[in-house]
Amino acid sequence: MEILVILVPLALMLGGAGLVAFLWSLRSGQYDDLDGAAWRAIADDEPPQEAPVER
Amino acid sequence: MHVTRDFSHYVRNAGEGIQHIDLAVEGVHCAGCMAKIERGLSAIPDVTLARVNLTDRRVALEWKAGTLDPGRFIDRLEELGYKAYPFETESAEEAEVAESRFLLRCLGVAAFATMNVMMLSIPVWSGNVSDMLPEQRDFFHWLSALIALPAAAYAGQPFFRSAWRALSAKTTNMDVPISIGVILALGMSVVETIHHAEHAYFDAAIMLLTFLLVGRFLDQNMRRRTRAVAGNLAALKAETAAKFVGPGEISQVPVAAIHPGDIVLLRPGERCAVDGTVIEGRSEIDQSLITGETLYVTAEQGTPVYAGSMNISGTLRVRVSAASEATLLAEITRLLDNALQARSRYMRLADRASRLYAPVVHATALLTILGWVIAGASWHDAIVTGVAVLIITCPCALGLAIPTVQTIASGAMFKSGVLLNSGDAIERMAEADHVIFDKTGTLTLPDLEVMNAADIPADVFELAGRLALSSHHPVAAAVAQAADAKSPIVGAVEEPGQGVRATVDGVELRLGRPSYCGAETLVGGATLDPEASVVAFSKGSEKFVLSVRQGLRPDAQAVVAALKARNIGIEILSGDREPAVKAAAQALAMPEWRAGVTPADKIARIEELKQRGAKVLMVGDGMNDAPSLAAAHVSMSPISAAHLSQATADLVFLGRPLAPVVAAIDASRKALHLMRQNLWLAIGYNVLAVPVAISGIVTPLIAAAAMSGSSILVMLNSLRARSTSREIV
Repeated sequence: MEILVILVPLALMLGGAGLVAFLWSLRSGQYDDLDGAAWRAIADDEPPQEAPVER
Repeated sequence: MHVTRDFSHYVRNAGEGIQHIDLAVEGVHCAGCMAKIERGLSAIPDVTLARVNLTDRRVALEWKAGTLDPGRFIDRLEELGYKAYPFETESAEEAEVAESRFLLRCLGVAAFATMNVMMLSIPVWSGNVSDMLPEQRDFFHWLSALIALPAAAYAGQPFFRSAWRALSAKTTNMDVPISIGVILALGMSVVETIHHAEHAYFDAAIMLLTFLLVGRFLDQNMRRRTRAVAGNLAALKAETAAKFVGPGEISQVPVAAIHPGDIVLLRPGERCAVDGTVIEGRSEIDQSLITGETLYVTAEQGTPVYAGSMNISGTLRVRVSAASEATLLAEITRLLDNALQARSRYMRLADRASRLYAPVVHATALLTILGWVIAGASWHDAIVTGVAVLIITCPCALGLAIPTVQTIASGAMFKSGVLLNSGDAIERMAEADHVIFDKTGTLTLPDLEVMNAADIPADVFELAGRLALSSHHPVAAAVAQAADAKSPIVGAVEEPGQGVRATVDGVELRLGRPSYCGAETLVGGATLDPEASVVAFSKGSEKFVLSVRQGLRPDAQAVVAALKARNIGIEILSGDREPAVKAAAQALAMPEWRAGVTPADKIARIEELKQRGAKVLMVGDGMNDAPSLAAAHVSMSPISAAHLSQATADLVFLGRPLAPVVAAIDASRKALHLMRQNLWLAIGYNVLAVPVAISGIVTPLIAAAAMSGSSILVMLNSLRARSTSREIV
């Protein structure tokens, strides 16, 4: 049962890391446009910069 | 004359030499639009940020200060096929956004704590029935307390504050029993832990907060969205005016930057954004948005003009008497104020439920304690049982029952082109059983249509359309649009108040007043329609007459039939002349109509219907409708409505069809049905759970299972609001 001394703080730290990540994502505005975010996930990547047209 | 556009009012500095502007964009609805806009705008050099917000239909732009004119973004979006308007965030909206973020933060904290406390509770529950040592159980309880107490202190703030406010004002609300329940549960758990007891309720208390915060956040999010939509509508109105900034120099500025005493230019085809007096020029103005009257009024020096009127034929200079805030007719302002004051405070379903809830629950808990003491239990055991009753009856499902349905229903309505201005609009809309329509701009489309295009040879009609492109007159614009004309005729000359003429291949073309084209004799037959304006077109000696009028919305008849089929009373109240209203009423087979109605008469009629117990839905767009929109039980406006009417209406619908009116009624009725069902589910759960709690056999495990079970059931039931039938008519 001594293992609890390590496992419990570890579990709490992992949970805490999740919470910090959530607060960070909230602060950086990632929840401001939920409809848009749903689409962005499946949008195509930016096309490579078009090469200048040969004249 | 040199015209500039001035957007400085909307631009703000984002620091480090970066400037920022927000634009409301019309017609963004998918990932494709989003990518197209972002790519298109990012391609402009010196743009550092171009990001679309699909939820709010806005674009945020940042660029290196001083390098770009914001007008360029609007032009670029126009090229891409989107109309954009500069946008100013209202402080009310900012407050809603901040509140919504705060709730989300609380929700995050509460959810974190719930999961971790649960992780500690499950070993205790399983250990209690097997081989757990009391020391280990105490250790887990103390750990739970360590997580739950600070988390509840933070995440409970929205409830504690609101409960405190209510108590300070010597009233009560739903948050009072919630706060009492949470605080008692936590307090009792600490005491029990100190006494090495078997059960602690940290998990129940914090889980309760999590579920309630979900409901609270959804509710707030809908309010935020409503605000955002209202803000966009204000921006879409794009109220700018051409202000004289120097002799012969005008600048297109937002109305907010115009002050009384300024002089603005009003060109033909423009809608006036301010109240004022004409100081120079002569024209006809269309005041239908203000009075409902479709006949034009002559404007000359000294004529007062009001925001919302459309200038028809000549250019006017107007001295501003009032700008943005006070642009109104005194009569309408007074009526509107009265109607808003008299608007009976509608008791929302949630409020009604909570008013019943608190006394019943607290009485039950108290009786439980007394009952157990009388039955011979110790005070400690009796209080523990009483607190268990409070925990298990805490209004988890009740708190979710209404916001979840509202959120999902408003999303569904949004998709069918209806925007909500107020949260309780759904409940009131569902009760509507009598619809009053305004005619001009509501049953009819705001744009003019050519009624007899089919009677005219196609090549002649096209020529008329091309000639019409040279004029700003709304009738000419309607002809040009009907003919789908693209290329204007070179050398066309407009004679103000008369018409346009041009010479093509040696043949003179004229479009304008019948007398201008020498076609008076032809007009006789075409004036049968009382609402139509008649224009003539002459090509050499050939002469034609075009009849132009506001057409009925394409599906108006079907909507009227659908309302009748739902047993909803319908009538027309219009400020327009009798023949015009009569024609519309006959076309729609609506037996009840009144013409020439003043705003006061409209309110009187609504009051009369209220006396009879009818719940009136008022659908109108004009400024003259604003007071009656406020007086009705629930109200709706088309997007083209006057600013004031739109702000007053509970719902706003988009597009040409009238079908959203029926769609909104159907969706609201379904939503209300689901809300009631959810409340019954929540009550049913309590009926089952409370006897168990009173009998004193509730363990934390039972409380957790019962609470989450009922909450999830209610949420799943709410999802059914999403599937509103598409077949509305």
